[in-house]
Amino acid sequence: MRHLLSTADLSRDDALLILDTAEQLSQVSGRSIKKLPTLRGRTVVNLFFEDSTRTRISFEAAAKRLSADVINFSAKGSSVSKGESLKDTALTLQAMGADAVVVRHGASGAPHRLANWVDGSVVNAGDGTHEHPTQALLDAFTMRRRLGDLEGRRVSIVGDVLHSRVARSNVHLLTTLGAEVTLVAPPTLLPVAMGEWPCEVSYDFDAVLPKSDVVMMLRVQHERMNASYFPSAREYSRRYGLDPERLGRMPDGAIVMHPGPMNRGMEIAAEVADSGRSTIVEQVTNGVTVRMAVLYLLLSGSEPAIGGNQ
Amino acid sequence: MNAARNQARDGEPRTGEAVPAGGRPVDGERAVLEAPDINRALTRIAHEILERAKGPDDLLLLGIPTRGALLARRLADRIEQVEGRPVACGSLDVTMYRDDLRLRPARALGRTDLPEDGVDGRIVVLVDDVLYSGRTVRAALDALNDLGRPTAVRLAVLVDRGHRELPIRADHVGKNLPTSRSETVRVCLAEIDQRDAVLLRGGQR
Amino acid sequence: MTYLLRGARVLGGDPRDILLKDGYVAEIGAPGTVDAPGAGHVDAGGLIALPGLVDLHTHLREPGREDAETVESGTAAAALGGYTAVHAMANTSPVADTAGVVEQVYRLGQEAGHCDVRPVGAVTAGLAGRQLAELGAMADSAARVRVFSDDGVCVSDAVLMRRALEYVKAFDGVVAQHAQEPRLTEGAQMNEGAVSGRLGLTGWPAVAEEAIIARDCLLAAHVGSRLHICHVSTAGSVEIIRWAKSKGWDVTAEVTPHHLLLTDSCAESSPTGSYNPIYKVNPPLRTAADVQALREALADGTIDCVATDHAPHPVEDKETEWPAAAMGMIGLETALSVVQEAMVETGLLDWAGVADRMSARPARIGRLDGHGGPLAAGTPANLTLFDPSVRRTVEPGGFASKSRNTPYQGMTLPGRVVATFLRGRPTVLEGKLT
Repeated sequence: MRHLLSTADLSRDDALLILDTAEQLSQVSGRSIKKLPTLRGRTVVNLFFEDSTRTRISFEAAAKRLSADVINFSAKGSSVSKGESLKDTALTLQAMGADAVVVRHGASGAPHRLANWVDGSVVNAGDGTHEHPTQALLDAFTMRRRLGDLEGRRVSIVGDVLHSRVARSNVHLLTTLGAEVTLVAPPTLLPVAMGEWPCEVSYDFDAVLPKSDVVMMLRVQHERMNASYFPSAREYSRRYGLDPERLGRMPDGAIVMHPGPMNRGMEIAAEVADSGRSTIVEQVTNGVTVRMAVLYLLLSGSEPAIGGNQ
Repeated sequence: MNAARNQARDGEPRTGEAVPAGGRPVDGERAVLEAPDINRALTRIAHEILERAKGPDDLLLLGIPTRGALLARRLADRIEQVEGRPVACGSLDVTMYRDDLRLRPARALGRTDLPEDGVDGRIVVLVDDVLYSGRTVRAALDALNDLGRPTAVRLAVLVDRGHRELPIRADHVGKNLPTSRSETVRVCLAEIDQRDAVLLRGGQR
Repeated sequence: MTYLLRGARVLGGDPRDILLKDGYVAEIGAPGTVDAPGAGHVDAGGLIALPGLVDLHTHLREPGREDAETVESGTAAAALGGYTAVHAMANTSPVADTAGVVEQVYRLGQEAGHCDVRPVGAVTAGLAGRQLAELGAMADSAARVRVFSDDGVCVSDAVLMRRALEYVKAFDGVVAQHAQEPRLTEGAQMNEGAVSGRLGLTGWPAVAEEAIIARDCLLAAHVGSRLHICHVSTAGSVEIIRWAKSKGWDVTAEVTPHHLLLTDSCAESSPTGSYNPIYKVNPPLRTAADVQALREALADGTIDCVATDHAPHPVEDKETEWPAAAMGMIGLETALSVVQEAMVETGLLDWAGVADRMSARPARIGRLDGHGGPLAAGTPANLTLFDPSVRRTVEPGGFASKSRNTPYQGMTLPGRVVATFLRGRPTVLEGKLT
């Protein structure tokens, strides 16, 4: 069975197929009838162990536009919170005939484990501090629409790389697509051994800024401050936040991205988030389209067209 | 992956074997239409369409990718030559509406290009290379239904090879080609196949 | 009860006949020269005779987690692995921190009869790290506890560790430290390195182990006491221990079979996919460079012995997402095979070396009389016969352990225990429990 667990499993052809498919599907959201009959009779389960209304709604809209039956399974208040194991939950979904399980889980690798226990496709909607493949795909899709081909484009991802599933998925996907990625963070918020990562690493946002076609800001949680990853929100913001002054030093045509939800005033200033260079609203729109493409390619045929073997 | 790309083909489902690329005939293939035949057929169809629609103004030619879209473009060019003004032309991918999606691996989508003002009130001429079971046309009608409400929908095909499985017929046919189900019909167009030809292969003589 | 083991290669040497009589090795002689009327004959041709193995680090889980292992099942697994004595770790429920609990475990071992069970006493009451357990009472009990450990938890309080090291000198005890600096390993899931960074699992830095080992070596030297380091897992730890030994300090150390064979890359890719918590263990699997350093340290004696850290867990504690899974793997029934693979077949140890690292030295560290060899006339007949020539695919379905959490399932490993004798009585014959 094929799944979408990690962007590292996607070949360049896979990634381009998803993005090209999404490009065609983007027309659907402009029509009066936004529904396609393609996945009629297929069941997609949204299995969310963490609250993420944005991601869940996006997947739900994507599945419904393809006419799939959608079951939302929130672990909160269900048997899962009473101690039912992930495996038993998987077997329940299996018995319900889920063709795809879209899973968000606080534990890195939970979707990989789930894939061992269900016959359907597993789509990773964010696992712990590991990956969030559809977020990276929608980011790449958004970049392509604004900048064209990503070959040779310089993308800087700034913030809490250590705990960011968005950063990991983007590093794999963007390098697969030919972009040059630089991760920018204070040393405390980077993994210790990054020698094999296919990207550059910098502690100095201001040095990277003028050489960036894309600046992607990551959410920084206030609780990291309590664990001494950085001294204060103010200092973080001063060294790694994107304010109007820094925005002004970006190259012409460079864009600003953020996976949301934003901490306005922390990693990104409100004026920057709302500026014409910001793609933050487009990213949300594109999320539905890209997730439609993923569900279509995994579920529509007798076998999926993308994704790695588990 | 590449399989998925190749299967993202226009027109009728082929009989399963890999379709050779390019316009060169492979073993056992023979040309039933050559470039001049195709040229004449398209010219005739262009005139038929114009005559039936009483002018180009409300017309919208929608080709079904890949080769149907190329044929629609050629028809539009001919109509423009005759009338001296352009006719609306686009493409309509029907993959998402097919009824045989689950029979084969998931496939890439073709292009859909529609005019800004949509299909409402237009006379839509669907254009495809080969009419066979009629299932592609059925999918196209469903897709059109989701896009709006044309005044009328007509169908133009280069080759009608018979064996309909649905109550569908073409309004404009380049060539009626009696075939057996075990035969394969392949349309080559110069834009992507380096030559124009309709090739027939296989089957019992 | 008399047994004649014919043609066994003692410590891998030339074939010898070994006569076991009344619980002792009565005679060892050239083949055909030992006269033994009425003795049971065991064809030991081609088999290696080793002194019965001694494990310094076994979790028998009883009392408290009898669903995972019992003294009966765990010691049966030990006998099948060639062991004649195991040290039962203290992190049971209730904790083995009183004379009552250690005597109970000791007695259960005697009743089971598969091998000797030496309970390890907790260093601190309830493993809570606040006050010393009644170490003296455990030492004086019928269980004669000599090894004390809060294994599973580090005695991280430097003062408490110092006091424990000092206190056990009164009865020649040893504190076996689980070296894990707690603040540096909060929420830690696997070795901190390239793999943990890629997998997004919280890292478990080597320094968390090494810092405690360095501190405790200095403490042991300062108070002139014995220190034993549990399951050493990093190259840095090896260097610190080598340095401490070079000073003449009384520091000993153990390494587990799995740290001699497996690396943290198992978490990323294995025959069962990624993130399989069968590879989740404390301390975590480290890098290939660490594995190599540990092998060399075991070979040169810097690391004194192999200890299994046999840690049984029920299926449901492993069939889960990685962070939720229990830490640990079973090892008694595969230890000798893993050591053959990692140490003998690599030329780092001969069979005499294996006997030293898996029997003599652990017995000495645990102050365990009657075990650890040497294999000579007049010594207690604790020994095992091992066939190094076969290769087997590990299939935990046949294990005596109640748990199945072996990382070697499906792997082909060399060697097989054919027979084990405990004071002249066979506990295992023809690879099966008697």
